[in-house]
Amino acid sequence: MLSQLPVLPVLLPLIGAPACALLRRPTLAWVFACLVAVLAFLCTVSLFTTTWQEGVQTYALGGWPSPWGIEYRIDLLNALVLLVVSGIGAAILLASRASVWQEIGETRRGLFYVACLLCLAGLLGIAATGDAFNLFVFLEISSLSTYALVAMGPDRRALLAAYNYLIMGTIGATFILIGIGFLYMLTGTLSMADLGERLPAMGESRTAFAAYAFIVVGVCLKLALFPLHLWLPGAYTRAPSIVTVFLAATSTKVALYVLIRFTYSVFHLEFSQLAQALDTVFIALGVIAVFAGSLVAIFEADLKRGLAYSSVAQIGFMVIGLGIGTVEGLQASLIHLFNHALMKGALFLALAAFILRVGSSNFSSLRGIGRRMPLATAAFVLAGISLIGIPGTAGFISKWYLVLAAAAQQQWILLGLILAGSLLTAVYIWRFVETAYAEPEGDSVIQRNEAPLGMLLVIVLLALLNLYFGFDSRLPVETAGGAAQALLGGDAS
Amino acid sequence: MSLSSLVFASLSVAPLAIIGICLSGSRPNLREAVSILASAILITLNLVLLGQLPDGAVTTWHSGEMLPGLRLELAVEPLGILFAIIASTLWLVTVVYAIGYMRSHEEQNQTRFYAFFALSIGCVMGIAFAGNLLTLFLFYELLTLSTWPLVVHAGTDKARQGGGVYLGLLLGTSVLFFLPAIFLTWWTAGTVTFTPGGVFNADTNPVVLSVLLVLFVFGVGKAAMMPFHRWLPAAMVAPTPVSALLHAVAVVKAGVFSILKIGVYIFGLEQLSAAESREWLLYLAGFSLLAASIVAMRQDNLKARLAYSTVSQLAYVSLGVLLAVPAGVTGGGLQIAMHAFGKITLFFCAGAILVASHKTRVSELSGLGRQMPFTMGAFLLASLSIVGLPPTGGTWSKFYLMLGTLEAGALLLAAALILSSLLNIVYLTLIPVRAFWRFDGRDVPASRADIQEAPLACCLAIGFTATCCVMLFLFPGPLLTLISRIPGAGG
Repeated sequence: MLSQLPVLPVLLPLIGAPACALLRRPTLAWVFACLVAVLAFLCTVSLFTTTWQEGVQTYALGGWPSPWGIEYRIDLLNALVLLVVSGIGAAILLASRASVWQEIGETRRGLFYVACLLCLAGLLGIAATGDAFNLFVFLEISSLSTYALVAMGPDRRALLAAYNYLIMGTIGATFILIGIGFLYMLTGTLSMADLGERLPAMGESRTAFAAYAFIVVGVCLKLALFPLHLWLPGAYTRAPSIVTVFLAATSTKVALYVLIRFTYSVFHLEFSQLAQALDTVFIALGVIAVFAGSLVAIFEADLKRGLAYSSVAQIGFMVIGLGIGTVEGLQASLIHLFNHALMKGALFLALAAFILRVGSSNFSSLRGIGRRMPLATAAFVLAGISLIGIPGTAGFISKWYLVLAAAAQQQWILLGLILAGSLLTAVYIWRFVETAYAEPEGDSVIQRNEAPLGMLLVIVLLALLNLYFGFDSRLPVETAGGAAQALLGGDAS
Repeated sequence: MSLSSLVFASLSVAPLAIIGICLSGSRPNLREAVSILASAILITLNLVLLGQLPDGAVTTWHSGEMLPGLRLELAVEPLGILFAIIASTLWLVTVVYAIGYMRSHEEQNQTRFYAFFALSIGCVMGIAFAGNLLTLFLFYELLTLSTWPLVVHAGTDKARQGGGVYLGLLLGTSVLFFLPAIFLTWWTAGTVTFTPGGVFNADTNPVVLSVLLVLFVFGVGKAAMMPFHRWLPAAMVAPTPVSALLHAVAVVKAGVFSILKIGVYIFGLEQLSAAESREWLLYLAGFSLLAASIVAMRQDNLKARLAYSTVSQLAYVSLGVLLAVPAGVTGGGLQIAMHAFGKITLFFCAGAILVASHKTRVSELSGLGRQMPFTMGAFLLASLSIVGLPPTGGTWSKFYLMLGTLEAGALLLAAALILSSLLNIVYLTLIPVRAFWRFDGRDVPASRADIQEAPLACCLAIGFTATCCVMLFLFPGPLLTLISRIPGAGG
């Protein structure tokens, strides 16, 4: 296969973004951005199959071998995250036109797609690189473009949300930078594989602990793990609908990847005393996130904000898997990473379609939406059922593995809490279903008014994927299993 | 046709019917014809399946692995066939009834109503032919979701409230108890496939079995074991045909059917009797059937009274399984059939009374026998069947259940059964009796002109199910033969 394959998915949008800025016509910019995203997706698909068949793929940037130069190192974990991010990214860009044209002023549409491509390049870069400092650079690229994207939201409150996100995100990024600085000070290397070999030899070094502490807090800010989630609801609610889909389905996933990568490949916490204490912290925060996020989502009057809080809850589930700290736990966490991208992608995209037609995401204005937009609503309900974790959907697979991991560790109380958390999901999803199929207020006759075809197709496709991966779960389950095995298998390579 | 294609055909009738119903939505007569045709085909298919019924449980189809060691499976076994035949027969009858009821009541959104009706029956077929716990659970949850639109059909705030309780309790118990129970079964036995004689090894820890039994009994919320029975009265906000089919047959029977199936095919009677929590649950079932009867006596709303009576009657089936003796299983199986015909007749009558005279309260029914002699006559027969008196089918199920309690040596429960039957007479049989004789000296002689029955379609349905109650008393043979083939029922 192509020897440049590991770097292509990052390079394409990174070069595409400035090229896109040269295009004057917004429609052209949209077509170009879609083209780039689809190409990047095809590259990751090919990269994924190559990694699956031949094992780890490496690429030394500029011909400088690691640990001197920057090395791109793709193992199953990287490949899985790349696949999710580029796949969802391409799908969302394809579906974006109608919603962007409605919410974003004519002069800024072209720039919107430039920022989208930059954000995509940043996220893919984080997931592909094997160099700690390079990771920070891509984190900044994606974060800065995200601030710009959030600020493009339809009303002025978006500016405040973007500002909040900027402050929190910068604190997080600074923490990560400090952590990486400590690591460099301690070992003199930035390559993550190299760090992974040197750090365990340092023993219980205080500097290493401090570095890890800074990195964990910084990443958890990006991940929006409770109680560091405060920026998320505002940013998700105020951002343009398409940006919300993009953020919900990709950005937090990448942050989770970084957390896993640093915990298991760089610091090898699985051998450390610290691990057990941290596991408890992760599980506790995860459980609190599930309950707090879901409870707020239940009482939220605005569906978009409700779904944002639901994301906080779902991140909680992923972190619980991480906190269980076994191969099964990590596998569950990664499976949920994959499935949640599909669910939230479908949910937020369907919501974008509702906003496009109704103009608001308030529950009161969504009454009777099931008759106006039957297909989009059905897709929303299907993805919602998947979010609850009813058998036959992808969400069930996630929950099953999470429960399995908890049971393997004899954590029966945790098992009960996970199931109770799923029930809370049912409450807020069903609140939407009741509203959607309720009789509309007054005697207004409802016209059938579906979402534009392109958007509708992507929504339905994402919803059907939830169904498909509920029956044939080999792809996420085996990849996540392999990745978790490789991370915790004891062998650093 | 081979067994597996028959099962597939049986499962695909409902989805095809839904397409037909949606396509013919603008032409009511055609739409109802589709429903009737589909149910007739379904009955035929199930009867053919009965003719080819093999011994034990035969897996006819399985999917690829969804999760390690877990896949979807379909299987044919006597209990499932019994449930499938009852449900499909009553679907046909209920559609006929619904034509009369929905039209004279001028309900809205009838296409949606018939489509979800068909979908629910499809889920019931899935439950009946489920070959393992996972498949059962899948269709069980689908049934909950697909009946919800029927429960809230009226669209009022009250309906939505009832729907919320309905969904919350059924979904809640299934996720919190049923799912962990399936998981624990898989964890302990390594399989969740329905196997005659049970799946657990003889040396399985009895504590685990005890915990599992509790989880299953409460997890199958549709069996309405107290204290998780509240959804049943809450769901009575639905239109009467829905209450009739879903809450006398499909949903509640799916619940007790699951319990029976789990008792026979997952535990097996031997392991079941080894579980210590069984005794405790047995007395809970006994308490449940008495308490629900007492609550029913205090209900003035006819449908609410019938709902609590259902809670009580469902506990009979759970009790039959939990006795863990062959006569108990036979009694449980019979009770599923007999109660289905009896209760659906009662609901039909309640609906007919509502349509013809707009009365919903028990206290208003005195003397109504003059206007609706046919309906009230059927009500009398059906209530006798619920009580368990000749000449109705309920006699046999109560007989076997009584036999089961004696066989198990649980005299206290035998007493509870007798007491409950007496209570049944008070709160059910007295209704039609009062309708004919007011006992307060204000009886007026009836003339033919006073007669004001429900629409013909309704009366046809009522006549059919009431006749069935009697026929099942006179000719219980085929039913008993079928039930005796259930492993553990000791044929």
